[in-house]
Amino acid sequence: MSTMGAVGGNTYRAAQPDAREAVPASKRVVVGYGFWIFLLSDIVMFSAFFAAYAVLAHATAGGPQGMQLFNQRSVAIETGCLLASSYTCGMMQLAVTSRRYALVYVMALLTFALGAWFLALEFRELSGMIALGAGPQRSAFLSSFFTLVGCHGLHVTAGLIWLAAMMAQVAFRGLYDATVERRLLCFSLFWHALDIVWVWLFTVVYLKGVLS
Amino acid sequence: MSDTYYDRAPGDASALPDIEQGRTSGVLVYTMGLGLAVVLTGMSFWVANTSVLWPGGVSIGLTVLAIAQMGVHLVFFLHVTSGPDNTNNVMALAFGVLIVILVVVGSLLIMADLNDSMMPGPELMNLHMQR
Repeated sequence: MSTMGAVGGNTYRAAQPDAREAVPASKRVVVGYGFWIFLLSDIVMFSAFFAAYAVLAHATAGGPQGMQLFNQRSVAIETGCLLASSYTCGMMQLAVTSRRYALVYVMALLTFALGAWFLALEFRELSGMIALGAGPQRSAFLSSFFTLVGCHGLHVTAGLIWLAAMMAQVAFRGLYDATVERRLLCFSLFWHALDIVWVWLFTVVYLKGVLS
Repeated sequence: MSDTYYDRAPGDASALPDIEQGRTSGVLVYTMGLGLAVVLTGMSFWVANTSVLWPGGVSIGLTVLAIAQMGVHLVFFLHVTSGPDNTNNVMALAFGVLIVILVVVGSLLIMADLNDSMMPGPELMNLHMQR
């Protein structure tokens, strides 16, 4: 990092100068931190949906319960898809750092494919529930379920569009472009955060829903 | 070795010369994270479906497993550490966690309390006893 030598080599070392005040942070750190704040606020928004779901989980209005609707096998495959895509996203980030184009494209393609598979499974699950008459208008439980899961699904959709746009930027502007590099950092943060939300989601909604 | 502290972007692996670099490669960190996450996910699904465990503890067990897996994701995928270059990221995360806990636990407590207050007792349910 470029800020290393700025203070370390001078005579003030014994006095332990505060480098955080002496040297401004690099743009990568500032951008990453700003995006980190956005992600946390996004997670706070999800927490409101989670709270609504937890409060309304038993308000089925005589309609179907989670136990009758949820298919654990499909949820397990969805979880595997998202976890694997988080891993390939990490591999992509390593390839970006070492600027290996072919590896970046392969890992981005794998990330995209796994994310798309996740979305397809989720779409099939939700449309199947609507076909059964268990749509969001059936009960408060289903309203909050569709809001929560649908909001996560929309985030994944946005992530896929973002990833496709980033690959176009890698193709046209290259990996040595600092802007492209920062955007890829933000994308990987976004993608990992979505996986964290999904861990919370499959535990609270699907696994606990099958218990009660 | 310098006393200089500098910040690190969230998601970036540490650039401190003595820590991490040269010992564990990035691929290994992600692979360890994936392995731990797979184990914890598998345990979650097993715990939810088994009849071996005491049913009363299953819900708490699932919560603990989920929190553990979120920790694994934060440390191995998002590279959140307790290092001095990560203080700002951790403080922001701590604030976010505080708000999340306030929203979720607060909503559940208030609504449970409201349900208790609104639930009429057996003597009130009997319409003949009223007026």
